[in-house]
Amino acid sequence: MSAEMNIARARMLLEGIPGVTLSGEGPILTVETPVDQFAVVGAMLKEKVGCLFFAFLTAIDHKEAGLEVVARLDNLDSRVCVMLRTKLGAGNTRCPSLFAIYRGANWMEREAFDMFGIVFDGHPDLRRMLLPEDWVGHPLLKSYAVDTPYPPYR
Amino acid sequence: MEIKPPKCTIPPANWEEFKDLQEWKQLHKTRPETGDKFSPLFESVTEGIHSFPGGFVVTTVADNFLNWARKSAVWPVSFGLACCAIEMMATFASRFDVERLGMVPWASPRHSDLMIVSGTVTIKMAPMLERIYEQMPDPKWALSMGSCANSGGPFRHGYHVVKGVDRIIPVDVYVPGCPPPPESLLNGLLLLQEQIAHFHKTGRKAEPTPKVD
Repeated sequence: MSAEMNIARARMLLEGIPGVTLSGEGPILTVETPVDQFAVVGAMLKEKVGCLFFAFLTAIDHKEAGLEVVARLDNLDSRVCVMLRTKLGAGNTRCPSLFAIYRGANWMEREAFDMFGIVFDGHPDLRRMLLPEDWVGHPLLKSYAVDTPYPPYR
Repeated sequence: MEIKPPKCTIPPANWEEFKDLQEWKQLHKTRPETGDKFSPLFESVTEGIHSFPGGFVVTTVADNFLNWARKSAVWPVSFGLACCAIEMMATFASRFDVERLGMVPWASPRHSDLMIVSGTVTIKMAPMLERIYEQMPDPKWALSMGSCANSGGPFRHGYHVVKGVDRIIPVDVYVPGCPPPPESLLNGLLLLQEQIAHFHKTGRKAEPTPKVD
């Protein structure tokens, strides 16, 4: 099956879901979902579109507008790339976990929790990934002051 | 109408006004002297011999001999943190050959005299670095290699970097560069040998070499 046909199929599947917007040209398809549909759309992409490869998951801080979670899912056989994005909304730090669908999401979600403080519902072991366990704050948030005192080494 | 070229005046840098430098100076006034480089017993025995008539000959000769022995067998603990460690390895290898200066990279801190801090020290790594330094027997020396270890370097304003390894351990020689070439590190090691040579003669530790980033 060619890449164009796969993308057309993905569009057909995802257009029915309320709140999902599709954009992007060529082999990259951008899918924006509401937060509660995040895991549902992820599962759909894996089963129906064949995006078996979980490339990465990260987040963007839009300051007042809140956080945005971005995941990239690839179908390596037919070269379809999907950017799965969801806006958490102002003040919200909870997001459904993709761990049940993709095992590769485990450490990526831990890192997003470490750096942005996003709590993934359904994650089995949400601890800090890179920073020491007694670290205060989440450093990739725009509101984090770089010179936050961290005794005794700063 | 004549168009005048814009006059560009750059005020000369007043280094005393730099906040980082002030901070560093303050830190060096108050930095804790961890690790005693003198044994009090040894010092009292030396004082006793020194007070005898003609005893100073013995003490100065003994001092010279001990310093010669110390500076001719400085064993750095093989401890690399980042890309500076590559240059450090090159220095230890046959082309630059620090073994002719009596330096053997040793894999245990308990048998080493020198710690070359080669690379960025992150806040997560800092407790381990401190621990390795404390495991080394006295007298011990530390050499800070590269901009990152000197001051944090290009990562100074990151959230995870210690702004200079001298916030953790007392440093004897600073080697500038990013990374310093092996010649630079070799120069630093020779400066350290000079410091060790008049270690007991002055009765205290020599001043650290001026810090350049």
